[in-house]
Amino acid sequence: MTHADNRPAHLAHHFTDVEQQKDSAKLGMWLFLLTEVLLFGGLFAAYAIYRSTHIDMFYNAHKFLDVRLGALNTFVLIFSSVTMALAIRSVQLGDRRKALVNLGITLVCAGIFLVVKYFEYSHKFHMGQLPGKFYTFNGIAGSNPHIFFSIYFMMTGLHGIHVLGGIGTIGWMMVRTAKGEFSADYYTPLELTGLYWHLVDIIWIFLFPLLYLIG
Amino acid sequence: MNSESKSHAPHIVPLTTYLAIGSALFVLTAITVWVAHIPLGGWNVVVALFIAGIKATLVALVFMHLLYDKKMYLVIFVSAIVILSIFIMLTMFDVNERGTINAAEAGPINSQSDMYKGRVVDTLAAEHGEAAEAHQPDSVKAVAKPDSSKK
Amino acid sequence: MQSPTVANYLNSPTGWKSWLFTLDHKRIGIMYLAAIMTFFAVGGVLALIIRLQLLSPHGTLVSANTYNQLFTLHGAIMIFLFIIPSIPASLGNFVLPQMLGAKDVAFPRLNLASWYVYVFGSLFALYSIVAGAVDTGWTFYTPYSTTTNTSVVSMTLGVFILGFSSIFTGLNFIVTIHKLRLPGMTWFDMPLFVWGLYATAIIQVLATPVLGITLVLLILERTMGIGIFDPAMGGDPVLYQHFFWFYSHPAVYIMILPGMAIISELVAAFTHKKIFGYKAIAFSSLAIAFISFLVWGHHMFTSGQSELAAMMFSFLTFLVAIPSGIKVFNWVATMYKGRISLETPMLYTLSFLFLFSIGGLTGIFLGALGVDVHLHSTYFIVAHFHYVMMGGTVMAFLGGLHYWWPKMFGKMYSEFWGRIATILVFIGFNVTFFTQFILGAKGMPRRYYNYLDQYQPLHAFSSYGSWILGLGFLIMFIYLIHSLFKGKKAPGNPWGALTLEWTNSSPPPTENFETTPVLTHGPYAYDTVVADRG
Repeated sequence: MTHADNRPAHLAHHFTDVEQQKDSAKLGMWLFLLTEVLLFGGLFAAYAIYRSTHIDMFYNAHKFLDVRLGALNTFVLIFSSVTMALAIRSVQLGDRRKALVNLGITLVCAGIFLVVKYFEYSHKFHMGQLPGKFYTFNGIAGSNPHIFFSIYFMMTGLHGIHVLGGIGTIGWMMVRTAKGEFSADYYTPLELTGLYWHLVDIIWIFLFPLLYLIG
Repeated sequence: MNSESKSHAPHIVPLTTYLAIGSALFVLTAITVWVAHIPLGGWNVVVALFIAGIKATLVALVFMHLLYDKKMYLVIFVSAIVILSIFIMLTMFDVNERGTINAAEAGPINSQSDMYKGRVVDTLAAEHGEAAEAHQPDSVKAVAKPDSSKK
Repeated sequence: MQSPTVANYLNSPTGWKSWLFTLDHKRIGIMYLAAIMTFFAVGGVLALIIRLQLLSPHGTLVSANTYNQLFTLHGAIMIFLFIIPSIPASLGNFVLPQMLGAKDVAFPRLNLASWYVYVFGSLFALYSIVAGAVDTGWTFYTPYSTTTNTSVVSMTLGVFILGFSSIFTGLNFIVTIHKLRLPGMTWFDMPLFVWGLYATAIIQVLATPVLGITLVLLILERTMGIGIFDPAMGGDPVLYQHFFWFYSHPAVYIMILPGMAIISELVAAFTHKKIFGYKAIAFSSLAIAFISFLVWGHHMFTSGQSELAAMMFSFLTFLVAIPSGIKVFNWVATMYKGRISLETPMLYTLSFLFLFSIGGLTGIFLGALGVDVHLHSTYFIVAHFHYVMMGGTVMAFLGGLHYWWPKMFGKMYSEFWGRIATILVFIGFNVTFFTQFILGAKGMPRRYYNYLDQYQPLHAFSSYGSWILGLGFLIMFIYLIHSLFKGKKAPGNPWGALTLEWTNSSPPPTENFETTPVLTHGPYAYDTVVADRG
């Protein structure tokens, strides 16, 4: 009962029109982002509880985080969010080349973010400021300072994994964009990738003050 | 078949809007860092979270198009935050009220984990030299070396 | 006598690859059904062994350690491998798109992914049996779960993976319900089964991620000693319980809401009457979904939680009973002055109404702080949750299974044996579990492998009940499987019901409908429409 000539190639058989498919995809993506908020939310809850019961320790421990690197990473991610939004805008306007440039810059920013995190992590490894039972540093006053670093590594670690996932997805989107799979009429996967990337940015927007700017 | 003209042409956000929001986010970040250095006691975290909330709202409304799209997406996003807030608030309520009725329940369960037994915390280093030196790049030699009680 | 087989979703396309890579929601639903029924049987056998051990107060059928592993496995398999996916993934998958007049769910590939993730997660969880079976109870409380040297990591990893399967299904259903309804089908033209699945799906996407992060934290606590749940490391074991129950309480509503949704369908179809209070039932599903997130602390009244928080949770717990009560009243009102026909699905419905009411009311007893202090961790709790989960969800699931069985397989089962089995299940269930209310009130603790002599008569009685229950299920398995081979050919609409899935053939064609259906009446318009039973 469907006429193949009327239906674009990317329209799945169970959707009546492109609009329905696009709206469904976007709705699905927002629901997925909802699950991501709840996933990270558990860690935010752990943070809230342990900070409220170990106020001094958290203050002392956080001083070993480099605010400049944290701020740099914040600027980098915000910038990458802008370029991600611009990439989608370029596709909406039919400018494939600009889209690729913007996606590329987004990718580079994500890479910079991870490199900075690598330096931060290796410094901590060097100092013995490791999570949980591997914690060996001896310069923080307050009870159970390993808990701060457990929470720090878990939160930034989970976030870092999501940045990694974002790099893979954005890279794949670049390939598809270069192949000409997207146009002003169809760019849904790109749009969904953008939504994901912005959420990764939002999570860091909260992580930065909570971990780096205590008091 | 599709009579909703509203969604016919997707809204294209002007370039200036994106750049303006981006700049606003940079400025707000700088403000956050600046305020963090002003001692406000318990209000520091409130101010920091408030500014972070504004930044997140800008990203969500403009970059993620919640301002221009169907209301349903906004409902979904807000629901996640509401449910998360319920979790955090009720759990914190429990943790904070542990000792209210029965004073014996107040206080930490174990304020010094077993793994610190035998270690003397080098707090002098923590307060003075450490804070500044820790921010230097790799050339820093760990002032407080892991001491002999390391497992 | 055999008419030539018409092409339907079961026989076309053919070949194992067409099943392995299927995107058809009906095939995926059937595969889920097979797995779910298998795990139900496995969990049931574990229960029979447990009840065998408990026949005598100093039984030595199994060692104490083995007993701990048995009840942990029974709980984990029944909850994560059976009941949480049960209705949505099997019956929901099969029926939902048809009820909406759609060709499939919104994301068929995500649906297939959900199935494979379920298989993978289940294998992981089952592997933990051979790798040193977990003995912590299905709740994995710390600090025991962080220190016991059984395979907690592989079991929790399995459950973590299973959580994704649940999220995928929920996400898929929400989008399907929002976007794939027939043009002209408003929210209030949808069958109530859909409303129930919708409310369930909302809980699935909101709550399951928190279980995910909880299990990750548990695994990290075990492997890296991060120190947030283990008191020896400065952590708080009650915090683990907050994290765990924030998911696991809404999870019980993931279990019951689809069951209630089925009951709405069955009550209307077998009373041949318009459902009473459609909007009340629809909105109460949403209300249950929301309130379910506010009450988790009632699992922790004796844990060391602050008393103030306990009081708040107790008050909120009483609230959640209200929408459930609204539903029960509406179902009963539907039956009033109706033309009730007592086929097997209706027998399961009546069982549900009786047993779920008992289960739900005993939940209210437990919500009262003072009462719970005495009853927590006793057999009263065990009886309560079996009444709501088995007397509720499983009865509803079986009712739905028998209702939609002709549609799914094109075969009728034996109504005679169906009724026998249902009656045996009902009797067996009450003998097994009502006894446990008494045991618990008298002080018998749960998860104990040996017990004081004074409890022996009641324990023995409960165990006899488990055999009657087991016999009932055995008969059910036999006649259902028998019907696949030798059952009478089922017509398109054996029950004369009015929802859209009854307008196509049994079994349905792959694309669900030969031509797009046209909505001419509501799902319960029994007062104006008479559907052909054929």
